[in-house]
Amino acid sequence: MRRRYFIALLAAGSAAGGVARLAADAPAEVEVIAEKFDFTPDTVKAKVGKPLTFVVTSIDRVHGFKMPDFGVRTDIVPGAETRVTITPTRPGTFAFFCDVFCGDGHEEMGGTLVVEA
Amino acid sequence: MMQTDRRDFLRLAGVAGVTFTAGLFPGRQAMAQADDFHFVQFSDTHWGYKGKANPDAEHTLEKAIVTVNGLARQPDFIVFTGDLTHTTEDPKERRARMKRVREIIGGLNVKDIRFMPGEHDAALDKGEAYKEYFGDTHYTFEHKGVHFIALDNVSDPGAKLGEDQLAWLAADLKQHKTDDRIVVMTHRPLFDLQPSWDWTTADGAKAIDLLMPYQNVVVFYGHIHQEHHHMTGHIAHHAAKSLIFPQATPGPQPRRPPPPPYDPSQKGLGTRDITIGKTTTFVELPVSKA
Repeated sequence: MRRRYFIALLAAGSAAGGVARLAADAPAEVEVIAEKFDFTPDTVKAKVGKPLTFVVTSIDRVHGFKMPDFGVRTDIVPGAETRVTITPTRPGTFAFFCDVFCGDGHEEMGGTLVVEA
Repeated sequence: MMQTDRRDFLRLAGVAGVTFTAGLFPGRQAMAQADDFHFVQFSDTHWGYKGKANPDAEHTLEKAIVTVNGLARQPDFIVFTGDLTHTTEDPKERRARMKRVREIIGGLNVKDIRFMPGEHDAALDKGEAYKEYFGDTHYTFEHKGVHFIALDNVSDPGAKLGEDQLAWLAADLKQHKTDDRIVVMTHRPLFDLQPSWDWTTADGAKAIDLLMPYQNVVVFYGHIHQEHHHMTGHIAHHAAKSLIFPQATPGPQPRRPPPPPYDPSQKGLGTRDITIGKTTTFVELPVSKA
């Protein structure tokens, strides 16, 4: 698994002073890079009840980003930033994966969202 | 609704196999025996696959052809429900694999062969190479009073039938009475079998909605590389095993596990002989019997 890209997970409420209240209401964000045939990172953590925005970009071709348990999917087009926000309602592990057939290896292109209580 | 009577099928097949009998056409239980016929379903042959899941991949299709040619009563026709070839991103190699598949299946005694694409064949070029070697990706045909509909849910890389094909399906169905016998063939399941493993068709529910007014509909498909039976209302859906290697059984894992380890007995690989008559029965034809 390639790990060339960093994770930017901005925890809500981590800022100080007056900014903290604003940040507490804002979704946390995680940057995810898509390329044949990986998402980086391929494991993302979240908290029950806390909104989380996936900020997804592709560096090679059109991919898909689908999370059936949350009823969301979108195309990921190179050169554009795609944002998907979810709010977990229960703990557990949930899949996200590419649903646009992208080559030999497409079926392994996925990741896991780990939601903690 | 399920019943089993092995006698006719073992005589029919001429080889040992597991039988499964279902009332696939619930509105036509009293159908005359004279209408009986059978066809063989090949699925997910993945020509070009090289991997641990089947070290004998290069010869498995040829062995299956020997099995089918050895049936005591040859099938009326043969259906390939997709993934004839394994994915390659090289268009030249894709065509070479399709050419080789055509050459190998030329060894089948039965020459009435119906093809459908799988995503491995068609999703990277929207079915362009597939059409050159195997023809249309969706079509209909009639056989002994049964209306067959082949649907393409793979040429769109997003696994959609698409509005044009759905309109085509709606127009076709309008030409039929609601008690006509209809067999639908697809590669991917039309229903949400395991969405987190991408075992779905993005707009498959729209096709099922169109089929729902018809009383005698059965769907045969592949893609998941294993036997599976499911009902959406009165419509039965039956998945066939892959010829080349099995896949994991649907379960609670959020991501699909890799294929099970290779079984030297090749259990799980084979083709399916489907008889449609008063009752409709499957006889699984393992490659290991070749």
